[in-house]
Amino acid sequence: MSSSMVSFYIFVLSCFIGYYVIWGVTPALHTPLMAVTNAISAIVVVGAIIVAGSADGAIVQVIGFFAVLLASINIFGGFVVTNRMLSMFKKKDKR
Amino acid sequence: MDLTGDIFAFVYLIATVLFILGLKGLSSPSTALNGNRFAMTGMAIAVIAALSDPSLLQFQWIFAALVIGGVIGVIVAIRIEMTDMPQLVAILHSFVGLSAVLVAIGTYLNSMNSESLSSVTLIELSVGSLIGAITFTGSLVAFAKLQGLAGSNPFVFKGQHFVNLILGITMFGLIGYFVITADPNILLILTGIALVLGVLLIIPIGGADMPVVVSMLNSYSGWAAAATGFTLENNLLVTTGALVGSSGAILSYIMCRAMNRSFISVILGGFGGDDAGAGHSDGVERSVRSAAPEDLAYMLGNSAKVIVVPGYGMAVAQAQHSIKELFEILTAKGVEVKFAIHPVAGRMPGHMNVLLAEADIPYDAVFEMDEVNSDFNGADIALVIGANDVVNPDAKTDKTSPLYGMPILDAYRAQQVYVVKRSLKSGYAGVDNSLFYLPNCSLVFGDAKAVSEKLVQAIREL
Repeated sequence: MSSSMVSFYIFVLSCFIGYYVIWGVTPALHTPLMAVTNAISAIVVVGAIIVAGSADGAIVQVIGFFAVLLASINIFGGFVVTNRMLSMFKKKDKR
Repeated sequence: MDLTGDIFAFVYLIATVLFILGLKGLSSPSTALNGNRFAMTGMAIAVIAALSDPSLLQFQWIFAALVIGGVIGVIVAIRIEMTDMPQLVAILHSFVGLSAVLVAIGTYLNSMNSESLSSVTLIELSVGSLIGAITFTGSLVAFAKLQGLAGSNPFVFKGQHFVNLILGITMFGLIGYFVITADPNILLILTGIALVLGVLLIIPIGGADMPVVVSMLNSYSGWAAAATGFTLENNLLVTTGALVGSSGAILSYIMCRAMNRSFISVILGGFGGDDAGAGHSDGVERSVRSAAPEDLAYMLGNSAKVIVVPGYGMAVAQAQHSIKELFEILTAKGVEVKFAIHPVAGRMPGHMNVLLAEADIPYDAVFEMDEVNSDFNGADIALVIGANDVVNPDAKTDKTSPLYGMPILDAYRAQQVYVVKRSLKSGYAGVDNSLFYLPNCSLVFGDAKAVSEKLVQAIREL
């Protein structure tokens, strides 16, 4: 099996995991869900870091820089805002 | 695969597991914060692993970008108003999209001189770049619409779908051509077309469908990440992308179901806007009862069970804090107050819940449509604040209504319904609401915030 095929297997199985996990998310938390999936989709930062770090030539250097920058805004922005939202959800009896 | 490769793969697997646990945590508000911490840890591990990749030669630009991006991200996340969450999410989606495009192009340029890429990699690269590009411009358009920079009305022109189809076919052709020639210019042209297509796909979609659009772009950003993972042969990206992609897809499905609209018809667009027709007026002038806030206050103060139905109008008026006061004063008087949330209330899934939580309303007083609908029968008062289409009984009874078939909150079943509204203007679907003309319904005209402040005042004086 080629490595692309292995990845494809993993991809399909992950979609199933995603399907079951996401249906378990309570509708009240759908906005935080979006914010956190947004943050983790910035996992492209891994690719961006490799592009930026192994750049040969100025153009790729610039491309890599911006790729990391955008992904980083997403990671920090996404996680912080999710954290902010989730800390607002309080139960009645705790107050 | 050599040993180092295996170690990296193992570390990335840990990150994957942490992401899954993070999403799992969101199944309840009590475990959600921990879940978010899991996801953050996963991301930190992934970034550190990427930084230790032996192929890296220089670090200064990476660190600069990480730090600058981090500062921008944190500042934005702390400052953003909760009412503006849909915009923030939209713009962040566009960043993921653009980042995926840059990674695809950068990877290609980096490897162009050193090694020849296999045709499978070339396909993966071009697919990654084009999904990223569509996500990028599509999200920018969604952002502009949500932010009010562009009209929220659907923008449709003749032959739109035909143009999209041609662009789509052209892209497939170009992918084939790119695989044969491996010419970087083709990759750029392909990306350019995808950028245009991203705009064309989102402009015809109107304000009412925004929750679907935001979810859909959420999904796209995941698929973009997965495609990047295929290109880089990094299974962490593949898994994470698939998780995010299916999350967005499920949310889009839930939103479509809650509006009784098919995904296809949302994509084709043209629905919902300020001037989407005045709705069905059968020529008969129907009259509505209006009530003063003081009357409503009296009724509320003397009721046993109240269900509040908030909608986007509440968010626009920033009324959630005064509604919280209303909630407290009524609860103190021994009135049972519940909040009923329709899945498409607001501009993105779960938007109302966040706004109520922000106003410190405990989440166990907030109920989803299915949980609360049977309670309207026994409720003394249903108080509709800034919601419209989601309580329109026509959706159940009137087969000619554009809303027909959409699940609604059964506010009309309450003893008395009070609707706080600025004017008799129709909702986003541009449809007249027969609820307003029912004998048990009264309208309280005014801004949601002003009215709820008056209510609090009047109930205090009771």
